[in-house]
Amino acid sequence: MSDETTATDQANEEAGTSTDAVVLTGAEIVCECLLREGVDIVFGYPGGAILPTYDALTKYPQLHHVLTRHEQGASHMADGYARATGKVGVAMATSGPGATNLVTGIATAMMDSSPIVCITGQVPTGAIGSDAFQETDVTGITLPITKHNYLVTSIEELPEVMREAFHIARTGRPGPVLVDIPKDVQIQEAEFVYPTEPIELPGYSPPRAARARQVDAALELIRKSKRPIILAGHGISMAGANRELAQLAEKAQIPIALTLLGKGAISEHHPLCLGMMGMHGGAEVNHAIQQADLLIALGMRFDDRVTGNLATYARDSRKIHVDIDPSEINKNVTVDVGIVGDLGEVLSQLLDRVERRPNEAWFDRIAEWRADSELREIVRPADAPQHPAVPEGKLLGAQVIRDLFEFTDGEAITVTDVGQHQMWEAQYYHHERPHSLITSGGLGTMGFGLPAAIGAKMSRPDQEVWAIVGDGGFQMTMMELATAVQEQVNVHIAIINNGFLGMVRQWQEFFYEERYNQTPMVNPDFCKLAEAYGIPTVRVSERGQIEEAVKASRSQTAGPTLIDFVVEKEEIVFPMVPAGADLDDMIRRPTPEEFEQQRRERAVAAKAPEPQTPESTPPESKPSESEEPAAAAALGSRFGV
Amino acid sequence: MAKHILAALVENRPGVLARVANLFRRRSFNIDSLSVGRTQRDEMSRMTIVMESDSAEADRLVKNLYKLVDVVHVDHLHSQPSVVREMALVKVKASSENRREVIQLCDIFRARIIDVSAESLVVEITGEEEKLENFTELVRPFGIVEMVRTGMIALGRGGHTLKDEGFKPNRSRAAARRNVL
Ligand SMILES: Cc1ncc(C[n+]2csc(CCOP(=O)(O)OP(=O)(O)O)c2C)c(N)n1
Ligand SMILES: [Mg+2]
Repeated sequence: MSDETTATDQANEEAGTSTDAVVLTGAEIVCECLLREGVDIVFGYPGGAILPTYDALTKYPQLHHVLTRHEQGASHMADGYARATGKVGVAMATSGPGATNLVTGIATAMMDSSPIVCITGQVPTGAIGSDAFQETDVTGITLPITKHNYLVTSIEELPEVMREAFHIARTGRPGPVLVDIPKDVQIQEAEFVYPTEPIELPGYSPPRAARARQVDAALELIRKSKRPIILAGHGISMAGANRELAQLAEKAQIPIALTLLGKGAISEHHPLCLGMMGMHGGAEVNHAIQQADLLIALGMRFDDRVTGNLATYARDSRKIHVDIDPSEINKNVTVDVGIVGDLGEVLSQLLDRVERRPNEAWFDRIAEWRADSELREIVRPADAPQHPAVPEGKLLGAQVIRDLFEFTDGEAITVTDVGQHQMWEAQYYHHERPHSLITSGGLGTMGFGLPAAIGAKMSRPDQEVWAIVGDGGFQMTMMELATAVQEQVNVHIAIINNGFLGMVRQWQEFFYEERYNQTPMVNPDFCKLAEAYGIPTVRVSERGQIEEAVKASRSQTAGPTLIDFVVEKEEIVFPMVPAGADLDDMIRRPTPEEFEQQRRERAVAAKAPEPQTPESTPPESKPSESEEPAAAAALGSRFGV
Repeated sequence: MAKHILAALVENRPGVLARVANLFRRRSFNIDSLSVGRTQRDEMSRMTIVMESDSAEADRLVKNLYKLVDVVHVDHLHSQPSVVREMALVKVKASSENRREVIQLCDIFRARIIDVSAESLVVEITGEEEKLENFTELVRPFGIVEMVRTGMIALGRGGHTLKDEGFKPNRSRAAARRNVL
């Protein structure tokens, strides 16, 4: 016993807390545990069932509480905070509606493996199950969207539960953990003994290194391959295996394709980095995947947004899949070698023995595909010759992102919302560092952008943070402007304002014969809105104004700023693989030549009395078995912008 | 398609049954039977899960079970020598005329009669699935008033045991455990 006391005292000293106050309330124990986990910020919203903990927070000034304007904001902020550094983010809410408001943020964190701990108040233990005021079964509700959750039923288990919650959230494949604490447990008092022995969870032991036999098998496949490609996902940066990834690619001369969340796994300026794959990925990247003879999938999960039609996905390739989660292996794509382990360790194991391979012919083919893509490229420096599809005097959302990339020196942390602007950011903002793009990939949660950006900035105050949001998604959580002002969070907000739920409109254009049902929006004046919050703001509607507006925003170093980029309403994100179509069956923007040809044909057709044939379909754009109706019919209707 | 019998050692913590059941639903695993009960250790329960599926599906279930923090160990029992049993209680219509016949059937199946009334008998029968099915088919003509089955339970033979070493129950947790499934 005396040994234990000494250890606890030592832990107390290390955490900078008093050693003599050993009898604490449950609420105080929560705070003590947060401190010991290295928490400095808690995002939350008070209410009856969590009030004892809010009261205890007054005794812990080291724990800075950020009052959000909605609990969804709290869970997204905790998520943004976590993604910017890999530290665990903490959200707090009361029982009932407070807890249910966290749900979208928890599901978002779950899908993207983001480590957050949510603490919710619950009605007193005696009232649980009686439909008491503001009672909701939040552990039941969040069962499928948390990595694990707890209902604390006695103060004795509180320290241990808190410790386990953080441990589970941050280790292995990270994820959200929820701790539901009844009000009476927060009020009760008990001797606070912080457990110091290592956490032992018999049913939880994240894997580390790979088995030697599997490493051998993987090396053998790499040795035999002629057209290998690495598919790098979120797991690389989460494992901190960025250097090993670059070394492996360089040593074996293998090109790298990135998933959306994989952006930042390796610098996009690296000669071996091809860029993003998938539904809106580069055409050359998708072609390379389809033509490859070996896929080396690292910390990614073959989401349907990156594979397209599974039946035709990379048909001629052998496959190696490395992931820390065994249940991901052979889930969507059956692989030849599945390796379960921590990517840092597994890549080091591979690195030691991988051999340099001559892949020149393979690189030449990729270069050809890339040259074709470049022809079709629409976003070029302002002074370069433009693609004929670029309308005179109009501002394109894609141009805004490209220029924002230039005028922030490509060094900002960008946090996006969900929609077209998100895909343009993925295409045109080239990231160099891990954790520099924060976006909701798995759940695709509109409303994520602003609160996650606030969390990210509070996590990395030294970094420039831009929230790139659509006019639709922004309006889902724009109440958090007040949080940014109250906390003086220096986040720069760029609204890509196209007056539409743009991404949905794009699908309606392609697959629902341009019936734009419920996608046009009447928006408020976003600049006036910003002014109401006292936020410096400017509207930009021409490309020439971007630089100055971005400069002005960057010169503000306290509090938020907001730019309302009024952009072309009906722009399209190219290329696009229709949902369920083959990965290389992309709808492409025409080349300048094809574009002019189509223009001439349209002019002729306009003069002719009655066109007999359906509109011509440009080459390379015949989606086959897509999930969407009338895809092919709609394709020829309008190309370019 | 084959019958897969999985045995899972789980921590005896609140909500663990809900977690496992939710996993079946959430990832659409089709389960034939699930039985849960205590083990020789207070801190652990044992689940026997039976599913009709291909082995890739069974494999997927094993991996997903392991993702649950409360699941300590999972074994595929068909891959090793094991004993499998299920019990059924069957209430069979039996009047004074045909009671004798029913009793004879019970004798052949080594089933026990545990309740007798003027109208019916309650029979307890234990064995492998096939035996239970054969028995119920044979007594069906007499009339089955109601019946209940436990679902399968299984143990590996001899040295084939589910690993639970390295599992140390925790003092404060044990206090809160109180056998809540
Ligand atoms: C919460 C939520 N509801 C609905 C959707 C479906 N959805 C995906 S993109 C999108 C349109 C987004 O519009 P906006 O925010 O204006 O961005 P844009 O596509 O115009 O850039 C919608 C409605 C979603 N992803 N999330
Ligand atoms: Mg929009």
